[in-house]
Amino acid sequence: MAAEAVPCGDAVHANSVEGIFHSLTYGPAPENDDIVKAWLDKHNRSFGHFIDGQWFKPEGRKTFASKNPATGEVLATTTQGEQEDAERAVQSSRKAFKSWSALSSHVRARYLYSIARNIQKHQKLFAVLESIDNGKPMRETRDYDIPTVINHVYHHAGWAQLRDTEMKGWKPLGVVCGIVPWNFPLMILMWKVCPALAMGNTVILKPASYTRLSCLLLAEVCAQAGLPPGVFNVVTGNGAFGSKVAEHPDVDKVAFTGSTGVGQTLRRLTAGSGKKISLELGGKSPVVVFENSDIDSVIEGIVDAIWFNQGQVCCAGSKLLVQESIYEKVIRKLVQRLSHFRVGCGQDKAIDMGAIVDESQRKTIDQYVEEARAEGAEVYQPAIQMPKTGCFYPPTLITNVQTVSKVVEEEIFGPVLVALSFRTAKEAINLANNTIYGLGASVWSESSALALEVATSIKAGTVWINCHNVFDAAAGFGGYKQSGYGRDGGKEGLYEYVQPAWMSKPHLPSLEVNMKTFGTAEFTHSMPGNEQIDFQQNETNKPCVDHTYKLYYGGAQKRPDSQASRTIFSPQGEVVGLVAEGNRKDVRNAVEIAQKTASGWAKKTSRLRSQIMYYIAENLELRRDENAQLLHKMTNRNYENCLEEVDLSVERLFYWAAYCDKYGGTVQETTLYGLTVKLHEPVGVVGIACPDENPLLSFISLFAPAVARGNVVVIIPSQKYPLAAVNMYQIFDTSDVPGGVINVLTGDRDHLTKYLTEHQDLQAMWYFGSAEGSKFVEYTSADNCKRTFVNYGQIRDWTKADQGQGEEFIYHATQCKNIWLPMGDIFAN
Amino acid sequence: MADRNPGVDYDETWLHNIYINLPAVKRRADTLATRRTVKKQWQAAWLLRAVTCIDLTTLSGDDTYSNVERLCFKAKHPIQNNLLKALNMQDKGISTAAVCVYPSRVADCVKALKKARAMHIPIASVATGFPAGQSPLKTRLEEIRCAVADGATEIDIVINRQFALSGNWEGVYDEVKQMREACGDAHLKAILAVGELGSMVNVYKASLICMMAGSDFIKTSTGKEGVNATLPVGLIMCRAIRDYYERTKYKVGFKAAGGIRSAKDACTWLSLMKEELGDEWTKPALFRLGASSLLGDIERQIFHHVTGHYASGQELPLA
Repeated sequence: MAAEAVPCGDAVHANSVEGIFHSLTYGPAPENDDIVKAWLDKHNRSFGHFIDGQWFKPEGRKTFASKNPATGEVLATTTQGEQEDAERAVQSSRKAFKSWSALSSHVRARYLYSIARNIQKHQKLFAVLESIDNGKPMRETRDYDIPTVINHVYHHAGWAQLRDTEMKGWKPLGVVCGIVPWNFPLMILMWKVCPALAMGNTVILKPASYTRLSCLLLAEVCAQAGLPPGVFNVVTGNGAFGSKVAEHPDVDKVAFTGSTGVGQTLRRLTAGSGKKISLELGGKSPVVVFENSDIDSVIEGIVDAIWFNQGQVCCAGSKLLVQESIYEKVIRKLVQRLSHFRVGCGQDKAIDMGAIVDESQRKTIDQYVEEARAEGAEVYQPAIQMPKTGCFYPPTLITNVQTVSKVVEEEIFGPVLVALSFRTAKEAINLANNTIYGLGASVWSESSALALEVATSIKAGTVWINCHNVFDAAAGFGGYKQSGYGRDGGKEGLYEYVQPAWMSKPHLPSLEVNMKTFGTAEFTHSMPGNEQIDFQQNETNKPCVDHTYKLYYGGAQKRPDSQASRTIFSPQGEVVGLVAEGNRKDVRNAVEIAQKTASGWAKKTSRLRSQIMYYIAENLELRRDENAQLLHKMTNRNYENCLEEVDLSVERLFYWAAYCDKYGGTVQETTLYGLTVKLHEPVGVVGIACPDENPLLSFISLFAPAVARGNVVVIIPSQKYPLAAVNMYQIFDTSDVPGGVINVLTGDRDHLTKYLTEHQDLQAMWYFGSAEGSKFVEYTSADNCKRTFVNYGQIRDWTKADQGQGEEFIYHATQCKNIWLPMGDIFAN
Repeated sequence: MADRNPGVDYDETWLHNIYINLPAVKRRADTLATRRTVKKQWQAAWLLRAVTCIDLTTLSGDDTYSNVERLCFKAKHPIQNNLLKALNMQDKGISTAAVCVYPSRVADCVKALKKARAMHIPIASVATGFPAGQSPLKTRLEEIRCAVADGATEIDIVINRQFALSGNWEGVYDEVKQMREACGDAHLKAILAVGELGSMVNVYKASLICMMAGSDFIKTSTGKEGVNATLPVGLIMCRAIRDYYERTKYKVGFKAAGGIRSAKDACTWLSLMKEELGDEWTKPALFRLGASSLLGDIERQIFHHVTGHYASGQELPLA
């Protein structure tokens, strides 16, 4: 179906009406950008920070030029902030927090509503500015970016209104530092600003260097909307400047979207500080196409998946997996589709793709492609007309690559698609999950049974069925694995901007922790002295049969690799027992078996999980006295008090047994015609280091929520008082807990914590020990972006319901996956 | 002009494993108009191209010679000559692709076109119990023969929806094949009446069946059903045309009819054809727009392009 030659002789100019009448070609259809020029000119094309409700342009700062990547034209210069600018912004935000957080929820809702209205008043300016500054098509900023921004503000005006009822038991954090990327400059920053403000925090936003203008415009519009000074401050600067803001002691939370590398740096930078952090990082999201799919629609879906925003989308569907039976057909149709792709200046309204944000990014993309080509990959780039100047890259399809290829493994962040084939659904799932990332995925099939099974099996925060890159403020967006944690949007996103109401932010001195040596000290084994041992005798005056506590993993007691024991003393120095001394190899074994058990346990019915939890409670109750005695011996607390701890432990088991089948998820009220289903999926294998306070109750309070919600655990009981916990081995055995679901390692908390946290196949680490240990866990967790839950050395009262159970624990025990299911087959009668 | 599609033997297996995802189809249809747009002289040129693809239609119970003659004259002069002159497009033979009437009005068209000295404009006649098709096959076929005998060179037939909805695709095929025979040299456009087919899968199947039976065009609707020429329907029919072409190398035309009223819509339809099937399908040989009021809006847009002013209805000749 090649285009016919244009029958126009020399006499007819190609761009005359007659010429076009014959050729039916497209012409330029540029959006008028006068509105942007006027705004830039009003600011003399030179911008400072926006702090405390006004422009702040300190003397002597370096500047950074914002360019239109399609033309190279400099639009304006912006300021490179320095330490004192950060200081000024933080002080302003801190001060504003006092009054902003004291407002009624309704008043905050009014402000957010007003922001939404004021953005709408200037919708065109925002859309054109964003397109010019970033290079993306005006079609996308007009129909996608800005409408999504507005959607988010309205949605969160609602959350602001409902905070006191819907988020009971939570309170704001304080000052939030948002650091956002250049690919959706305004949209992603709004994903941070809206929930932060709605929950009563104030925000300092640092936009990406390439794309600062829309953020600065927003600050101005917010001020016009009446937002009190300091509630939303904008500072501009380089990456190091962003770090300065993030690590400022008066900043309580860092909300980041960007590359995995920078996310890891921020995690390490803020480790142990008590700052909350959420990371939305990179991706290599699969597009899984089955033979029973609507192939022509799949082709358009792929266009949406990888060529949306020039592929500069963290959840871009960059890895195409096609069933072997239709692989050739799909590739052929894709090639045909690309043959009439249009690439051009973002303000042209007849293009599919605009400019790449910056030359450096274009080079990176090109390097990936050329490297693949050199390795023998087949690179298809259509012979379409590309703009002669400006920063553009053609849509690219790479075949003849495999899982070992760099372009298949790594995020390219450009308009480059790699394609692989698979044979069966099972293989498709394995290939889809064969990545360090887990941000998005799409599944294409007309069989809902198949599509749903694959969607639930792919480990990613968002799975689209028969569509890709669809978003809504009412559905949280965020990652699994090294795509980060935390969600933007939906109720699930609010938890990133609150803390439990009972909690007071710890005032943490800046701690020096040697990450290399922490927890490395090997246990020096010492025999208890004879005088300390109180040989127990039973009523028949014979010595009790020796009771040996080993380690417990894979459903059986295992001798420790160290072949050594740790003596447990009472506060008076009496030996109350010996437990196995776990080490690195025991961690390895336990995590391995836990990982093998994890998917099976997650798939068990909620009813079975709750039955097992109740059964544990039942069996614990049977050994009520025995456990109270153990607690009493270890801690020297009075017996009644210990009995109470056992009873509370039984109650807590009931609490979590009850939650086994009551937190599966919800249907999100997005604008999709169809269903957007939020699933609360388990996190995976959770490492837990228990505190010494209430050694039985805290042990139960920590493993129970994790296990109830389908996780498996490797848990270190209290280092000082482990006996009641290890006494649970037999209870687990008799309560039908499947082997490998609860794995217990005794020994040195920090030593075991070190190896657990460093384990790449552990998905979360919960640590209740020292401030140093907390810092170590947060710092080390950055390596594979595992989620953490630490106490910064602070003690909590496990006997209290608000501190020992509740939403905070469910939040840590689950991760949200949103599955998008468009519906509809009826179009007429 | 390309060879006519002779059709192929009925093959049930072509109807197997058809998967259509309506939400995804709608998304493509929705974004098509936002991905492509034409401005300035491109817009004027595209609109003129659209004019040449129009089957200028009147299908009413009260059609008489008077309004049919007006229609025929308008078909020859769809755009005011002074406007064409301003675009340097006078004397370039801009006329509509055809006029389209009921069988009983074909003779009127012959007479009127003769008067207008526009005998080159094809006369299309609907037939076969249009719009419902609920007449005996014998009379439906006879209707075609009458229209052809009176001078129609294009016949817009309706398919048997009762067969289609009950899954009797071979029945649909057989009837269309007989209709094609009855047409002789006249071109056959098969109206699917998509609004009465219930699902996009049926639209796709009906498209393939009509092409297999030898249709020269497949056409969305009669204009009398609840849902007529929507972009999603057009997309599915274009996909069927593409698939048929890939299998047989025969090019079948597409006619969108019913509900197309604005100049912008006409450009979007041209875009759809260009993007999905290629430039060849943007010409009257393979693309038609069945419409009555569309031409008026196009003329208004061209008036605006030429003068910079919005036209008053009374300044432009009625169809």
